[in-house]
Amino acid sequence: MTLQATLPSAPPPAARIMMQATGVRKSFGALEVLKGINLSLPYGEVMCLLGQSGSGKSTFLRCINHLERIDFGRIRVDGELIGYKDRGGYLQEMHEHDIARQRIHIGMVFQHFNLFPHMTVLQNLMEGPVGVKREDREDVRERAHGILRRVGLSEKVNAYPRQLSGGQQQRVAIARALAMRPKLILFDEPTSALDPELVSDVLDVMRDLAESGMTMIVVTHEIAFAREVADRVVFMAGGEIVEQGRPADVLGNPSHPQTQAFLAKVL
Amino acid sequence: MSIIETSPEGQDVDHTIEMMIKPARHPGRWVATAFVALLAAMLLHTLISNPRFEWSVVGQYFTSQTILLGVRRTMELTAIAMVSGVSLGVMLAVMRLSPNPILSSASWLFVWFFRGSPLLVQLLFWYNLSALFPDITLGIPFVGPDFVALDANALITPYLAALLGLGLNEAAYSAEIIRAGIISIDHGQTEAAQSIGMSRGRLLRRVVLPQAMRVILPPLGNDTINMLKMSALVSIIAVPELLFAAQTIYTRTFETIPLLLVAVLWYLIVVSVLSVIQYYIERHFARGGSRSLPLTPLQSLRRFFGPWPRDGAIKPDQKRSAP
Repeated sequence: MTLQATLPSAPPPAARIMMQATGVRKSFGALEVLKGINLSLPYGEVMCLLGQSGSGKSTFLRCINHLERIDFGRIRVDGELIGYKDRGGYLQEMHEHDIARQRIHIGMVFQHFNLFPHMTVLQNLMEGPVGVKREDREDVRERAHGILRRVGLSEKVNAYPRQLSGGQQQRVAIARALAMRPKLILFDEPTSALDPELVSDVLDVMRDLAESGMTMIVVTHEIAFAREVADRVVFMAGGEIVEQGRPADVLGNPSHPQTQAFLAKVL
Repeated sequence: MSIIETSPEGQDVDHTIEMMIKPARHPGRWVATAFVALLAAMLLHTLISNPRFEWSVVGQYFTSQTILLGVRRTMELTAIAMVSGVSLGVMLAVMRLSPNPILSSASWLFVWFFRGSPLLVQLLFWYNLSALFPDITLGIPFVGPDFVALDANALITPYLAALLGLGLNEAAYSAEIIRAGIISIDHGQTEAAQSIGMSRGRLLRRVVLPQAMRVILPPLGNDTINMLKMSALVSIIAVPELLFAAQTIYTRTFETIPLLLVAVLWYLIVVSVLSVIQYYIERHFARGGSRSLPLTPLQSLRRFFGPWPRDGAIKPDQKRSAP
C-alpha cells in the first residue's frame, strides 16, 4: 500500500494544469523580489525551484497560498484564482475567510517545521481536518494513524513535537499537510534546518509522495533530489526565471551562465 | 611540589588519588543562619508574649459570620473583576495588535487612562458617577428615542462601582500582559495555522493563546493576588468586603489590632490557595514546552526522599497518560 490510498483517487487527465502563475510581481518596499514570474505545472508533477538565497524562490512559493500578497499578475491553483475575486472589471482581494478556504487545498511544509508544540503529533494532524474542515473525528484519527505509519512514525503518535528529532518533526509536518488531503503541496526548503544525517529520512518520504502522484513544488538546495525526483527544474536568480526544463537538461547541461555558476558552487 | 610526579619506573604517579574528598566550608553561611535564627526567635517571642496581640480575640472573630461574609465578598469581587478584566484584556490586546489604526489607538488610549490614573481615584469616580450623569439611558445616540432610562444613583451601587473600578483597571493591566504573550509566539505558528486553512479567530484560540499562556500566566497570577489585596480599597466606598467587615467590628469594640490580624490571616490563606492553583494551571499549560513536565511538589518530595539515584527523570510516557 502506498501513500496513494490516503490521497484523492482518480488521477486527473494529464494535460490539466494544477498551478499557473502569470506575470507575478512582488515588491517589499522599494525592493522588487519577483519581476514577472510565468510558470505552469501540470497535475501529478514535481517541480523543484533552485537558486541562490534572495533569488525570490521562497517568496514565490509563499505567494502560491497567499501567505504573501502579490502586486501584479495572477496565480491559479486548479483553475481557481488565488487571493482575489474577479468583480467584473477589477480584482478585489478576498476576505480572510475565503483565502482560508482556498488554503485548505494547498498543503505547505516549512523550513522550521512549525508544528504546534502544545499538541501531540496526532493532535497536530487532526487539528486541520477536524477543526477546520469539520470531518468526522474517528475517520480522521484512522487516516492520521495510516499517514503516520507511512512516514515511519506510528510509535510517536502521542509524543509532543519537542520530544522528536528534526527529521521526525519534518516528517510529522509533511503528515500534517497530507492529513488535509491537499491537491498540491508546497515545500519551503524542507531539509535546510536538518542535521545532515536526518535529511535522507525526509527526502525518502518526499520521494515516496512524488511517486504516488502528488503534485509538489519544492524549494530546495538538494540538487541530487531535484535530479532524481523532479519532472521539471526551475532556476531563479534576481527575481526572475533564468532557466527551466527537465532536470537532465537544466542540471546536466545548463545554458545560462548564472545557472552554470550556481551549479558549480553547490555540486 | 607538583601533584604529578614521575616514579623511578618512568610512570606518572598522582599523589592525590588516595585522598578523601570533603565539601567546601562556608563559615559566612553559619553566621547568617545564626542571625536569621535570632530574628525569628525574637519575632516568635513577641508574638507569644505580647498580650496586645490578643490572640484570643483573633480566635473569637476568625470565623465569625461578619468576617466570613467579608471573605466571601472579597473572593467574589476578585473573581468577577479578574474574569471580566481578563476577557476585556484579551479584546484590548487583539485590538492593539490589529492593523486598523483606529482600533489599535482606541486600545492604547484605554490602557493609557486606566493604567495611568490611581485605582482609588477611579473607584471614587465610579461611586460618584451619578453626579456626572444623573440619568443613564439606552437608545439611539443623538437623535432617537430612549428605550431604557435609569436613575444613576440607583443603578451604580457601591458593589457595581467596585466591580467597574477593579475590572476596568485589571483590563488595562492584563491587556499588556496578554499582548506580550501573543507577540512572544513565533510567526511561523501563524503561518502554519493559516496553511491548514485556519481562520483568525481559531488561530488565536487554538494555536496562539494556548502557547502564549506560558508567558501570560505568571504575571496574571501576580495580578490575581494583587487584585485580592487591592479589593481592600473598595472598603472606602462601603462595600462590605473583608477589611470593611473587620473595620465594622473594631469600630464597635476598639479591638483594632486583633481584627486587622484576622483580616491579614484570611488574606494570607486565600493567597496561599491561589498560589497552589496557579502552580497547577501553569503546569497544565507547560505541555509540550520542554521534553518533560516540571514535577509537582509531591513528586519532587518523593524523589528527594526516594531511593538513589535521584537523577533519573520520570519518563514522559508515565506522566502523559491520556493523549
